[in-house]
Amino acid sequence: MTTEKAKLAVWKFASCDGCQLTLLDAEDHLLDVVSAIDIAYFPEATRAVVSGPYDLSLVEGSVTTAHDAERIREVREVSKTLVTIGACATAGGIQSLRNWADVDEFTSIVYAHPEYIDTLATSTPISDHVMVDFELRGCPISKHQLLEVIDAFLHHRAPNIPRHSVCVECKLRGTNCVMVAQGIPCMGPITQAGCGAICPAYDRGCYGCFGPSQSPNIGSLAGWWRQFGVSDFDLVRALRTFNGYAPEFREASEAYER
Amino acid sequence: MSVDREIAVDYLARVEGEGAMYLKLRGDEVLDLKFKIFEPPRFFEAFLRGRSYFEAPDITARICGICPIAYQTSACNAMEDAAGVHLTGGLRDLRRLIYCGEWIESHALHVFFLHAPDFLGYESAIAMATDFPDRVQTALRLKKIGNQLMTVLGGREIHPINIRVGGFYRTPTREELKALVPDLEWALEAAIDTTKWVSGLSFPDFERDYEFVALQHPDEYAIHQGRIVSNRGLDIPAEEWGEHFEESHVAWSNALHARRRDTGRSYHVGPMARYSLNFDRLTPVAQRAAIDAGLGDSCTNPFRSIVVRAVEIAFACEEALRLIGGYERPTSPFVEVEPRDAVGHGASEAPRGLLYHRYAVDGEGLISEAHIVPPTSQNQLSIEDDLRAYVPGRTGLPDDRLQWELEQAIRSYDPCISCATHFLDLTVERE
Repeated sequence: MTTEKAKLAVWKFASCDGCQLTLLDAEDHLLDVVSAIDIAYFPEATRAVVSGPYDLSLVEGSVTTAHDAERIREVREVSKTLVTIGACATAGGIQSLRNWADVDEFTSIVYAHPEYIDTLATSTPISDHVMVDFELRGCPISKHQLLEVIDAFLHHRAPNIPRHSVCVECKLRGTNCVMVAQGIPCMGPITQAGCGAICPAYDRGCYGCFGPSQSPNIGSLAGWWRQFGVSDFDLVRALRTFNGYAPEFREASEAYER
Repeated sequence: MSVDREIAVDYLARVEGEGAMYLKLRGDEVLDLKFKIFEPPRFFEAFLRGRSYFEAPDITARICGICPIAYQTSACNAMEDAAGVHLTGGLRDLRRLIYCGEWIESHALHVFFLHAPDFLGYESAIAMATDFPDRVQTALRLKKIGNQLMTVLGGREIHPINIRVGGFYRTPTREELKALVPDLEWALEAAIDTTKWVSGLSFPDFERDYEFVALQHPDEYAIHQGRIVSNRGLDIPAEEWGEHFEESHVAWSNALHARRRDTGRSYHVGPMARYSLNFDRLTPVAQRAAIDAGLGDSCTNPFRSIVVRAVEIAFACEEALRLIGGYERPTSPFVEVEPRDAVGHGASEAPRGLLYHRYAVDGEGLISEAHIVPPTSQNQLSIEDDLRAYVPGRTGLPDDRLQWELEQAIRSYDPCISCATHFLDLTVERE
């Protein structure tokens, strides 16, 4: 077998740092991870920089500046395998709400000197800019799924990340359906599993932080929500959060807005 | 020496987010110094407009993955203030309890992973693990215990899902909280031991006469509630923040610089401010650990903030144990908060300092204005003042040593650049 360890790099674009923190939050496994893979570039954790190319790059955050649009190309060039982590990197993040607004107005609301601010009109996922080898969803990502992705990479296999909905996880967890039993509007039926169905276990409806599941039937869910008295205005807002710019949620929210 | 010298760090490591530093020297004279925040803006205050008051805690949590509870608490405080609701009893205790979890995990991350390697000459905690395996194991277990507390109460440690305006979606049972007690008892002992250990590190001889600003509460070491006070006589409710502080926008930073309105000067928020203003309100074991560590009742050496953070970990464990000991499950997980046309203000103590939110909400509960002032934007000016004061007398150091010490000074603030941008790289230039 090979004796040289694979080199890991962790890159940050527009984001909250939560997904890269997930790696440091894997307390029980962190030392195992660093014994299996060399952390070659991870500025949040270390000053040391080992030059590329890198075997595995984890990319957090979305592209929101012209400089970052260029930088992601450079990251792709030095990365053998590039995995995007989290809702910002895979779907544009909460900051993609600007995609439905006037960014100049946004800038002037927040900043006294808009001329100092260099920003694009849109926040876009990494895959809009470069080829991505795997997208790991979630706001934030699950540490178990992150470890699975790293393990799969180390063993040259495909990551086992299900695309089914949160409903399956509720059944596995033994949680009563909050929509059926309590009439709480829940995005679980159209949201990808991975969080462990936390919200329904805490008596609240899923709010979609893992993005659209495979082939989500958003129209059917919208019908149910209307029966609970949810307005189209509220439905559009529910679809437009951390994964609002993911194609399935985007198209649906634009349809219900009309 | 009349040759200009430039030191530039283009991407500061071991901070949360993207920042840089630039220093230009002529001999012993600082010609230019900038702490730059280039993290791209995400415009939270703009896109919160038109969203529901009820969404503010979940959305603003996404400003920072390291201190989401701070954002959720300040947002809830503001929305509850707008509606004239005040949490009491068990619900109030739970707000404070989950915040203790965030202080433990965030401080453990900073003390061991982000700051300690500077003192010991390592690039990272991972590099430290070979020589200090026990310390790194302690760090990981402390962090995990803080995260467990957040997970039991909040559903998960990053972006907890169980915080709502008016309380919680589901409150924990006594048994669920009691199960955390043995770990928290271990964590309290580990924090006391950590305080002893970090107090023995060597600290640069550097003190500054700061204006410390922090929340204060008559009966407790303030975390999630209190009046905004300073060691220069300020004593105001959160709603008067805007009358006493102002933010300005400078070309080299995507984070706004906050300063005192009357003097135009910098001020300092965070663990040293809290400790120096509220020492007498620390819990007994934490207070004893601080005295044993030789801290005294205030701390004005930013490098020593690592000791204060360790004391605050001990405090947060002790306080969490106290809160769990007295916990009775509330009859309802939340109180109803009916929206009304009003302005609400909320403040709380994020691990890195005072976090202020202000929202205008209409009768339907839609946000018409949002204003969020994170701790790091309040500390930016203080960080620049520290660096300007630190450099003279140390210009004889070689560039790489000077650069490392300046980075260390910046890391003393545990800056959270993702938060502040609505921020580190270092450049030193010598002429």
